[in-house]
Amino acid sequence: MKKPSKYPINGKYGKYGGRFVPEVLMAAITELEEAYQKLKKDSKFKKDLKYYLSEYAGRPTSLYYAKNLTEKIGGAKIYLKREDLAHGGAHKINNTIGQALLAKRMGKNRVIAETGAGQHGVATAMACAALGLKAEVFMGIEDMRRQKLNVFRMKLLGAKVHPVESGSKTLKDAINEALRDWVTNIENTYYLIGSVVGPHPYPMIVRDFQSVIGNELKRQFMLKEKKLPDALVACVGGGSNAIGTFYPFEDCVGVEFYGIEAAGKSIKSGKHAASLGAGTEGVFHGMLTYVLQDKVGQIQNTHSISAGLDYPGVGPEHSFLKTIKRAQYKTATDQEAIDAFCVLSQEEGIIPALESSHALAFAIKKAKEMSKDQTIVVTLSGRGDKDVEVVADFLREKIE
Amino acid sequence: MSKIEKVFATLKAKKEGALIGYVTVGDPKPEITPLIADALIEGGVDILELGIPFSDPIADGPTIQAASLRAIKSGTTPKQVLKIASEIRKKHETPIVILTYYNPIFKMGLKNFFSLLNKNEIDGVVVPDLPIEESYHYRETAKNYCVDTIFLATPSTSEQRLLKIIQYSSGFLYLVSQFGVTGTRETLQDSTVRLIKKILPKTTGYIPLAVGFGISKPEHAKLIIQSGSEGVIVGSAFVKIVEKHQEDMDMMLDNIREFAFELKDAIKTRS
Repeated sequence: MKKPSKYPINGKYGKYGGRFVPEVLMAAITELEEAYQKLKKDSKFKKDLKYYLSEYAGRPTSLYYAKNLTEKIGGAKIYLKREDLAHGGAHKINNTIGQALLAKRMGKNRVIAETGAGQHGVATAMACAALGLKAEVFMGIEDMRRQKLNVFRMKLLGAKVHPVESGSKTLKDAINEALRDWVTNIENTYYLIGSVVGPHPYPMIVRDFQSVIGNELKRQFMLKEKKLPDALVACVGGGSNAIGTFYPFEDCVGVEFYGIEAAGKSIKSGKHAASLGAGTEGVFHGMLTYVLQDKVGQIQNTHSISAGLDYPGVGPEHSFLKTIKRAQYKTATDQEAIDAFCVLSQEEGIIPALESSHALAFAIKKAKEMSKDQTIVVTLSGRGDKDVEVVADFLREKIE
Repeated sequence: MSKIEKVFATLKAKKEGALIGYVTVGDPKPEITPLIADALIEGGVDILELGIPFSDPIADGPTIQAASLRAIKSGTTPKQVLKIASEIRKKHETPIVILTYYNPIFKMGLKNFFSLLNKNEIDGVVVPDLPIEESYHYRETAKNYCVDTIFLATPSTSEQRLLKIIQYSSGFLYLVSQFGVTGTRETLQDSTVRLIKKILPKTTGYIPLAVGFGISKPEHAKLIIQSGSEGVIVGSAFVKIVEKHQEDMDMMLDNIREFAFELKDAIKTRS
């Protein structure tokens, strides 16, 4: 958090972002922004955050040179930023620890969160348990059915899980329901959003907490290679691990950014979650951004084999980076992600999350086109233990 | 003075509270909405509030969420809502307010949206997810097309914000009675009465005040008006009648008419 941010300006990234929320939330959002601006300069807060990130979450995570994979592909050197090694098995903890500390300092003892696959719910439950806060997580019943283990993990960690039965019964409606709860219990409740989405200041706060990924990566890479990487690759659902990776490099013009969205079955089939790749501008969940919607503005349901990318919107800063052409957004299909999932498992002995496998799938293609003296860093946002059942089903194999 | 403000002025002179009745357009089917509007107006509704169904209504409770889904399923589009509103306009003098989340307006384009409202003589708009900070172009366009912009104030709105919201509002100020989403509630909280008394000195002489969210019984409406509010907004309670009698239209319309009458009867005398 040492770099002064150019964006957002008045809550906007170019024209994207903003605060499109019911009036009743404005006071809470303003209070949050003021508290955050003050606390991010507070030495005790910075010290606490640093302490929990290293002692509790296990940071820094390593930057691993994927030698076998690199040799197999025969192009650019591939490095992996190992967020799968962070506590809980994903980058999510970077944000939940930060925001839970914020909630605590703001005197809010009840924390609510939404979750799709359950990773953010689990990370919220962990951070709240560690800091003595009460966690309640909203989750669509469709996702609860698909992710039974994570539901149980959250309960083990002391969180209350609220089944969401409205709308699509998945992440989008879990967010709607969390917002409705927040509107009702605003006086004692902190809403801990899991990605760089929602009304300002959330996209900024989550970006700042996730920037630990890019900041570490930059230092680690300089030590190993004595230069900056040629390309950074990360998957994009809401886009928090990607922004966390890109943001510290935004002024490094030689470093290319690639954000990889889920093409699901295929873009053509309509069964995908590529908001930037195939969506249009809209106002959704408090922000102006790229959204998957029909021609009159109804938000559409999405599809991806990876629940963490299965969201019809995207962080407003990504919409901005796309528009100014600072980042390029590409896609990977379910099949391509599964292939990359298997390749990394076999070549490196690392089982990546299906979300991260989308980034890998693109990186493998991209590395082939690059020369051997070039370098590419993939943010491995999480580990894939949670996905083995889904992958087994997809490959139509029995685990036994 | 806009048509909405005239209605408030006339009722004030008669010492009556204004009844604002909401339904989601296209619930359960687009062709039924004009009949529901007839029933509401016959029952005594002074201002009609028509909702454009949206896929993700974050300020609404289960009743209006379900109504929105039914309406979308029956093929109701924002343009169709405006067409239905214009049909109602041709038959009734009652002011019409459109309630919509911001995305359908954004998608249609501000100019396009407001010019259609103007063409169809629709009087005002309420957008529950558009706070004043994001409203500049919206207000400017609305002004050009002579459409009232009705903003919301809530129990958490600071005094400083309230003054700005009042300044940006026309038609009436929509006061949200309590924390939470829309939906019927059994009792009215004491805090609502205190809230009305706190807000009134700021609105009196500038803009009419109407209170909504959770008001579902004639005695609630009566208390709201007796506390000094000039209008009361009832939505989910009407939508519930639509939901309950989806299969029996005569029963639905009779119940709506009768309930509107009971509500209006309870607010006919402002003390």
